[in-house]
Amino acid sequence: MIEFRQVTKRYDSDHTALRQVNFGLARGELAFLTGHSGAGKSTLLKLIMVMERPSAGEVIVGGQVLNRLPRRQIPYIRRHIGVVFQNHQLLFDRTVFDNVAMPLEVVGASPRDTGRRVRAALDKVGLLNKEKMNPMQLSGGEQQRVGIARAVVNKPPVLLADEPTGNLDPALSADIMRLFGQFSQVGVTVLIATHDIALINEIGRRTLTLDHGRLTAGGSPLTGGVSGH
Amino acid sequence: MATDPRRKSEQARGANRSRSAWREQVESYLTHHRKVARDSAQRLWHTPVASLMTWTVMGVALALPVALLLLLTSLQGVSAGWESSARVTAYIQLGVPLEQAQELRDEMAADGRVASVELVDRDQALKEFRASSGLEEALDYLEENPLPHTLLVTPEESARSADGVQALVRYMEGMEGVEKVQVDLGWLQRLNTMTELLARAVWALAILLAAAVVLVIGNTVRLSIESRRDEILVAKLVGGTDSFVRRPFLYTGAWFGLGGGVVALILLQLSLWWLSGPVERLAGLYRSDFSLNGLDVDGALALIIIAMLLGWLGAWVAVKRHLDDMEPGDIAGGA
Repeated sequence: MIEFRQVTKRYDSDHTALRQVNFGLARGELAFLTGHSGAGKSTLLKLIMVMERPSAGEVIVGGQVLNRLPRRQIPYIRRHIGVVFQNHQLLFDRTVFDNVAMPLEVVGASPRDTGRRVRAALDKVGLLNKEKMNPMQLSGGEQQRVGIARAVVNKPPVLLADEPTGNLDPALSADIMRLFGQFSQVGVTVLIATHDIALINEIGRRTLTLDHGRLTAGGSPLTGGVSGH
Repeated sequence: MATDPRRKSEQARGANRSRSAWREQVESYLTHHRKVARDSAQRLWHTPVASLMTWTVMGVALALPVALLLLLTSLQGVSAGWESSARVTAYIQLGVPLEQAQELRDEMAADGRVASVELVDRDQALKEFRASSGLEEALDYLEENPLPHTLLVTPEESARSADGVQALVRYMEGMEGVEKVQVDLGWLQRLNTMTELLARAVWALAILLAAAVVLVIGNTVRLSIESRRDEILVAKLVGGTDSFVRRPFLYTGAWFGLGGGVVALILLQLSLWWLSGPVERLAGLYRSDFSLNGLDVDGALALIIIAMLLGWLGAWVAVKRHLDDMEPGDIAGGA
């Protein structure tokens, strides 16, 4: 589903965020991405989201090489990738429902469809009874779960999370991880960037470790040209 | 060839489904447009003072050139009215007796190019002059009437072109006993040239003010883009296309235009009402039927549509400059 081939990302200065990174994630696989801060975790996620383009190498998502993707095609790739952020990026000028509905709004889903799918997503994260509230009224853990609901509402095949448990206590973190686990069981490829080693050890999944832009562990790529479908 | 009826019905159902899906797509697109239009109108409504100020700025900028254009149209109406009644005045030599003047009049009246001729004899002319000029006493000092007999010739419709009138003038100048022929079109030409000049100035002004309107709306929309930065980034993050992200701002621009157009109409109507009294009195003094005309319904509609287009254009400029560059990379955090 996701494949990196010899990916290098250099920023304008001599700063090199990623050096010749190789790895592949199959459909339904859940993996952690870890490393010290500044090791290139966010850069790696941004490359998948086409927020950045690699300086060298190829990034392939869902069989599509993203390097030379025209700018106006980018939104259509992003519709297939759900993202969860540490600071959840919710909008406080609208209800929980409207926040979760945004990915459906951009694809022009009908109101009926939207209602059904938003409620399904909120139900999944256990916040069905809070749909009319403003996200500001929710606790940190609940806000994060709204963020997750928004990321999965249009059933993307890929789910990325950047420090999704950064601000949460261990119990809530475990809750959220369980959610991610459930998504991967239904075939979603999940990649979670975190430096919460305890959590990683507890769950015991594949872990990609970045060190100064190099992938030092977990980088066994899917062999061959075909990424996991 | 045996067709499988089951498959056929399945195909039909599939086509049906795809058609209804397509319909649903169009419907949800329209619903989305309606929603965005309503939302952006409501946003303007929620900041009434700021919106009103923008509308007023736009209204003033639009009302000014439109008012001048209206004035210009009214002026052109006047000159057109006068052109059609162009008259040629022939002054007859002082020593010529009335009988000869009458002969000249009859000769002119017989000319095919002439619609009508009026002879103003010198005594009558003096009487009128005495009555209207207020120079009675001064005239009393004169030993004799200084005014000649005068022929007032109105050309036929067909001879009213510049060349036609010119030929008539030359012909009359050649007549015996005619001292001088005058066509009083000089001032009319001056008026025409001036209105032409004025028209260009007004158009130049209109273009400048339209540009100002675009910039004002552009700047206002820029601020609104800044204030909705988070929303834009999230929309782009979840796969909103550029046109999806632009749409609310383009509607905002159009609504600013609508408000500006309405304010411009109100301003025009108010100033028209305020000016109409004095204008009527002035026109009365010149015995002219000149009147200031306001915008008719078509004109008002055109003004509002143009205003909305300008607002839309302004928003488009702002969106092009500030929105397309916005990339959600900024919110994803450090390296």
